[in-house]
Amino acid sequence: MSVILELNKVTKRFGGLVAVNAVDLRFEAGSISSVIGPNGAGKTTIFNTITGIYKPEEGEIRFDGHSILGLRPDQITARGMCRTFQNIRLFHNMTVLENILVGAHTQTPSTAWGAVLRTRAFKQSEEAARQEAQRLLLYVGLPRGLGDQLARNLPYGQQRRVEIARALASKPKLLLLDEPTAGMNPQETESATQLFRKLRDELGITVVLIEHDMKVVMNISERISVIDYGQKIAEGTPAEVRKDQRVIEAYLGRHAESTTISVH
Amino acid sequence: MSVHATSTNRFLRIFSGPFGALLALLYAIGVTYILTQDPRSLLGRLLLFSALALIYFIPQRPAVKFLLGAVIVLTVVPTIGLRNPFLLEIGFQVAVFATLALGLNVVVGFAGLLDLGYIAFFAVGAYLWAFFGSQQIWHINEAPGTFTVYPYFPFPAWWFWLFIPLGILASAGTGILLGFPVLRLRGDYLAIVTLGFGEVIRVLANNLDKPINLTNGPQGITPIQRPPLPAFLTTPELLATLSQWAGRPINANDIYGFFFYFFGLLILGVTIVIARRLDRSKLGRSWTAIREDDVAAVAMGVPLRRTKLTAFAIGAAFSGAMGVLYAANRTFVSPETFSLTASISILVMVILGGLGSIPGVVMGAAVVTLLNIDILQSLSLQLSSLRQGPDSIPLLGIPWRELPTQLDPARYQRFFFGLLLILMMIFRPEGMVPAERARLELHEGDAEPIPDAELEGDITPDEKLAD
Repeated sequence: MSVILELNKVTKRFGGLVAVNAVDLRFEAGSISSVIGPNGAGKTTIFNTITGIYKPEEGEIRFDGHSILGLRPDQITARGMCRTFQNIRLFHNMTVLENILVGAHTQTPSTAWGAVLRTRAFKQSEEAARQEAQRLLLYVGLPRGLGDQLARNLPYGQQRRVEIARALASKPKLLLLDEPTAGMNPQETESATQLFRKLRDELGITVVLIEHDMKVVMNISERISVIDYGQKIAEGTPAEVRKDQRVIEAYLGRHAESTTISVH
Repeated sequence: MSVHATSTNRFLRIFSGPFGALLALLYAIGVTYILTQDPRSLLGRLLLFSALALIYFIPQRPAVKFLLGAVIVLTVVPTIGLRNPFLLEIGFQVAVFATLALGLNVVVGFAGLLDLGYIAFFAVGAYLWAFFGSQQIWHINEAPGTFTVYPYFPFPAWWFWLFIPLGILASAGTGILLGFPVLRLRGDYLAIVTLGFGEVIRVLANNLDKPINLTNGPQGITPIQRPPLPAFLTTPELLATLSQWAGRPINANDIYGFFFYFFGLLILGVTIVIARRLDRSKLGRSWTAIREDDVAAVAMGVPLRRTKLTAFAIGAAFSGAMGVLYAANRTFVSPETFSLTASISILVMVILGGLGSIPGVVMGAAVVTLLNIDILQSLSLQLSSLRQGPDSIPLLGIPWRELPTQLDPARYQRFFFGLLLILMMIFRPEGMVPAERARLELHEGDAEPIPDAELEGDITPDEKLAD
């Protein structure tokens, strides 16, 4: 398998604070991987650096064979990488369907001139985008009639799904999910996990999760990278990581030698 | 709030069906009759405006509403305007300010970028034609007030038509120019910088009379040419016929009144169509998205810089065309017109009408303009005529004559704006005709039935309730 995303010695500093310190990460195309670590370890900062929201001070990021360093977030999205946010960032006062349509921005060829002149190409592209958005709505497991609801009126679990549908609308090769099951009850978490697997199995999307729910992480990930204090401290399959001494220390503190990370 | 909404609906329900359409038409005819009896009646003008507003709200098919509105705007107003040209002047000004408000609405309402210097783009359009459509080019080396006015101009008057698109380009360019430095700013910071920009343009207009005299300083540029009227509109026979109808002499100047009224309406109409279509396009969604959450928008592939710049450019472009037209209409342009107060006025129109709502913004512009140039002025005029008479104020017994001039309604223009804004913010914060989105946002519980025309796609209200 080929590597779709590769971070080489990426360092991100905020003033004197080194949030991400010379981190190497590689993600295989078509895999499901997780990035875990205690709160404040720098996981979200890594996502923000990958997606171009932050510019790293050092290191290189290669996506799909090309360096994406210095590209703007929208350019990176256009290359086939999309994300969700830890604290859901939907466009609250837009409808669900409009949210997904914004996600389809890079996939909708219509122009402002086309919109003003109502050209045939414009109408076709709008209609196609709407149908695709409706299809994605159903695909992520939302009811059909939801499209006209304002995003803010949806319950939490559905908002998470809308966010995934919105990201899918950009036709990503790689999907970065930042704590996608946070705040979900066990049933919701279970069906969300199934959805992530479906994205990979059916759409061939490489999925990278930041996740705190160890059950989800151990259950779904093929590889896990562990971050602590901005550094990668371990990497491997779930079984390897679970036994890694440094991971145990990071999570439970030193002197916790005999424990393994428990799966609830 | 909801009680109010339902009672309004019950009242408007009278106007449903073919009978309702007839009723609305009868109302319009009634108003027209009042105005033919007394073309100068303020009440008549207000009723005429109310008829237009009513037509917008009644439950009729859009085509019917459009037809009724067109009848009033295209036949009633010009007919009455023959006898009272002030009506055309009001119509023209409403068209000008509605277009400006629509342009500002693109920036503030759609893209959420607070712009307090919007009038500057209007100034760019106006000064562009003021410079090239007047004799200013000959006077660039002379100090203001020292030169004579010649009977001929450096460029032919028909160049006006070239300067409509040039004005659009110049204003859009200025919009982009302003857009670049403020791309990184948000909220209050953006507001302050745009405010400064508006002032810079005004101060430039005020001071560019030296070292080379481009704007003629505070004195302003005059005379500015108007576009030539086609010969068939000014034949003596036609003027004579119109004079007969109107009961007063009609000259070429009156024909200009009609020209500016209709051309202003045309630009307004085109602006409405463009704003509406953009709002419902990919670009419109991108504007809303960056207004809602620019980080998420950019992560979804919306280019922040370009999207903001197009908002500034398109918003400015609308006012550029109107600037050129306005300069020709006034034949005079001076920096006073483009003060901060003017920018604020336009913002008031947008907020009053409903941020992001196209019909709302047009209505807001109409209300503010009417209040500004018609209602308060007319009341002041009436008061001053009462003051000259021997009568006393009823009940109080004080002679009108002794009423202090400080109570002149026209002096309270800003006061009324402020009051109106405060009342609106308390009782109807989403504006007179809220944008669909704002209505959903602020009145989730009110469960108003959605009119059929507003429904898009295949989802019926019943299906929605079923969820």
